[in-house]
Amino acid sequence: MILQLKLLFKNAFRRKFRAFLTILSVTVALLAFGLLQTFIDAWYAGAEASSARRLVCRNSISLTFPLPLAYRDKIRQIEGVEAITYGSWFGGIYIEEKNFFANFAIEPHGYLRLYDYKLPADQKERFLRDRRSAVAGRRLVERFGWRIGDIITLRGTIFPGNWEFVLAGIYSRGTVDLDESQFFFHWDYLNQALKKIMPHRADMVDFYIIGVSKADLTTEVAQAIDQTFKNSLAETLTETERSFQLSFVTMSEAIIKAIQLISLVVILIIMAVAANTMAMSVRERTGEWVVLKTLGFGPRKIIVLILAESLIITLAGCIIATALTFPMVSTFGRTLRNYLPIFRLKREIFYFYLAASFLVGVVAAIIPACRAAKIPIAEALRRIA
Amino acid sequence: MEQPPLIVEIKDLSKSYHRNSQTISVLQHISLEIEAREFLALMGPSGSGKSTLLNLIAGIDRPDSGTVRVGGVDIALLSEAQLARWRAANVGFIFQFYNLIPVLTAFENIELPLLLTRLSRQERREHVETALHLVNLFDRKDHYPGQLSGGEQQRVAIARAIITDPTIIVADEPTGDLDRISAEEVLTLMDRLNRELGKTIIMVTHDPRAADKARLIRHLEKGLLQ
Amino acid sequence: MLSAILLSYSFRNLMARRLTTILTSLGMALVVFVLASSLMLAEGLEKTLVETGSADNVVVIRKGATTEVLSGITREQAAIVETQPEIALGAEGQPLLAREVVVLITLQRRGSDKQSNVVIRGGREQSLRLRPKVKLVEGRLPRPATAEIIVGKNIARRFKGCGLGETLRLGLQEWRVCGLFDAGNSGFSSEIWADVDQLMQAFRRPVYSSIIFRLDKASEFERLKADIETNPRLTLEVKREAEYYAEQSKWMAKFLRILGASLTVIFSLGAVIGAIITMNAAVATRTREIGTLRALGFRRRDILLAFLLEAALLGFLGGLVGLFLASFLQLVTISTTNFQTFSELTFSFALSVKIACQALAFSLIMGLGGGLFPAFKACGMNIAEALRAG
Repeated sequence: MILQLKLLFKNAFRRKFRAFLTILSVTVALLAFGLLQTFIDAWYAGAEASSARRLVCRNSISLTFPLPLAYRDKIRQIEGVEAITYGSWFGGIYIEEKNFFANFAIEPHGYLRLYDYKLPADQKERFLRDRRSAVAGRRLVERFGWRIGDIITLRGTIFPGNWEFVLAGIYSRGTVDLDESQFFFHWDYLNQALKKIMPHRADMVDFYIIGVSKADLTTEVAQAIDQTFKNSLAETLTETERSFQLSFVTMSEAIIKAIQLISLVVILIIMAVAANTMAMSVRERTGEWVVLKTLGFGPRKIIVLILAESLIITLAGCIIATALTFPMVSTFGRTLRNYLPIFRLKREIFYFYLAASFLVGVVAAIIPACRAAKIPIAEALRRIA
Repeated sequence: MEQPPLIVEIKDLSKSYHRNSQTISVLQHISLEIEAREFLALMGPSGSGKSTLLNLIAGIDRPDSGTVRVGGVDIALLSEAQLARWRAANVGFIFQFYNLIPVLTAFENIELPLLLTRLSRQERREHVETALHLVNLFDRKDHYPGQLSGGEQQRVAIARAIITDPTIIVADEPTGDLDRISAEEVLTLMDRLNRELGKTIIMVTHDPRAADKARLIRHLEKGLLQ
Repeated sequence: MLSAILLSYSFRNLMARRLTTILTSLGMALVVFVLASSLMLAEGLEKTLVETGSADNVVVIRKGATTEVLSGITREQAAIVETQPEIALGAEGQPLLAREVVVLITLQRRGSDKQSNVVIRGGREQSLRLRPKVKLVEGRLPRPATAEIIVGKNIARRFKGCGLGETLRLGLQEWRVCGLFDAGNSGFSSEIWADVDQLMQAFRRPVYSSIIFRLDKASEFERLKADIETNPRLTLEVKREAEYYAEQSKWMAKFLRILGASLTVIFSLGAVIGAIITMNAAVATRTREIGTLRALGFRRRDILLAFLLEAALLGFLGGLVGLFLASFLQLVTISTTNFQTFSELTFSFALSVKIACQALAFSLIMGLGGGLFPAFKACGMNIAEALRAG
């Protein structure tokens, strides 16, 4: 047994450079898959993190049309509505366009109740008290090196002018994957200013977010809301937060699907090259298999030997890929965090690694192994003589 | 009759190999002179150093000490690139396993050494065709090595060896991989090259029948000439 | 001479081990395909938006608004802009100028429950005169003061209620599609057009989004720009229409290029390793051949060249296949949301000579990258040892 194991490893690494390269290409193929899958998951992460008990209500024409603030009280009266908040997309630019981050004007009491943000009590209190204050996510604060008490100026694109905010708190995510790179301030602050400069845009909100008391009530509540405002000046479209988020993602779905498809094909090809190499090294050593046969190794033993050798290579690739996935994903996550705030590994990826490397190992070896097992000794010996 | 000039002069030649911190001495203080138009067979058991000696004469290996003069040139003094040019012009090789390039036809294999000369395409063709006629393989010129028998392949290799009209032809076990009839053909051909065309041939062999064709036989044992 | 023979030698060696060559080239072909297709997509996007704008037209929007959708221009501001003397006059003597309203509406795609944002533009007959590319292909133009719309060909096909004779419900009103228009490859083909006053009324919008006009003389642009932008009563921004639309492709094109480049780098790593494996195996199985060539008088650099050529050829074959496959993408049009304007835009993959050269150059680099190490290994061999190899 020990001798067989020794033979196995010696054989697998006989041509060291080739074995190294084959392992490397299996590793690269797996890593590429892992990275792309994580990337695609990150694309959908916003939708994943959304709660089934929250609804988003907006103008049915499109997101760029607002709803009157007066809807708040009507929505609150609908049965099953537990909490409500509202807000507007502010679209401000911090110094330069490339510093893009999401910033919203929100009603803070309901908002902090509906979302599971971790915000220290003193910061929360300060934020709620001061109408000119704002809170920002942990990552956003790190990105620009802000400190509590800093004055942050945003240049409005939708609401003209320069807007100043005092940073009152830094939130981080609680138990769910919330985006830690957003910026929130008081909707009231925006509204007071609009009353003065653009009265026709005052008392309007882009969206309502509604907490429903029971998850199985969401459909009914959503229908009730839309029914209430049917045939009014601003008809509403209410859907779960999840499908609201997904509607953003699906807009660019074509690109994501293309990436997914091409990636799979490329990875398959890389694997095929590796498999071809392993098959080649089995064929090259026909003579050795014959010698083993003359020494009394049965065909089954030969097949097992060849399969095991091939599996050693692919599983080595799998192990290295597994080890490298963590630092790679965290590096990419850091680079892309301004675009894809939630970039996290899923455990399923490792099951895929294992399955793929096992499959490639077997597929590569099975045909040459069976052929080697079937060769008549006399003929083969003549061939090497 | 005039004494033929010396073509190969070897003086006090030594060569050893290093493997895993061990030094294996292959050739020890060998001296040997070969005249022009000679057909010399080097014989000896495996590991006696006869192939190494042949390689040193052919300029594909370098001695540790001593000199090898071929056609008046001390080849140990040549740089790598000079040596390559020298081999192209002065040495024809015949190997045990023919060593033809599998993806080239018989014609192209023979033409190969001429690519290193300044001959025009037309001139090269004429030379190759002459050589093909000489080895009696003109009708197989467009075959690939895989489509030729062992004996035919070796004849192509012989045509390749003489195509540049080299100073010496070195042959390492030229019949080692051939059946008796093919071996006979190859040896007859080499004999003709020597007698009719006046080629100097140095051949390493195990085969007493091959050695019989040679005019001179030298034995090598444990790195020493007998 | 020698190199021509070397080339044919390299090519035949590749053909001698066909399966390995095909697999390795295919890997590189796909990498080239990824590279070319992402560049083509970005190029197509840019081309569409560049074609949308015309060099003689000027767009005026609110200062700080990045797109027409976010902009707002009051009637008073519009009246001031209209008095600028640089504005060209039409055949009947009125200025070639249109006040427009641009809003986004959410529409349902045909055959699925998915939604997208589509631009609806309110204009007047001058809007059409300013965009000669926009041509009515079916039906008729909207009658003034009616809730009628004309729809761009890319939208009519893909969204519910947008076909000729169908109706859309917007702002408590039914809008009838009375005509379809084609604006070629430009972004207008992805828009819906209506009468500006009808639209403002229906959406209760008191302000315009933009003012478009033709310049009398193109050279007067800078003066006009300075005039309007420094006027304290107007907080407006002036752009050439061509520039305005070109800017709208900037972010998305950049995103597509970065995405393509990242994918290419990751995959090319795999493809290059594949090429190294293949070339390394080629060197290993041809050791005796290498020894023979060296013995015959070929120099180290000839051997190096032969293997590098072989590797480059391997890459180049892949590059050609990849590019060939990618060229078919020109037949494909993509409809997706432009992140920058947040609206649906249809564009096609566009191949250019530059992209073809970049893709082929990249395939050569990949091939050479794969061949470099094995080629040096081959040319560094000791002749005597190489000849002894099994």
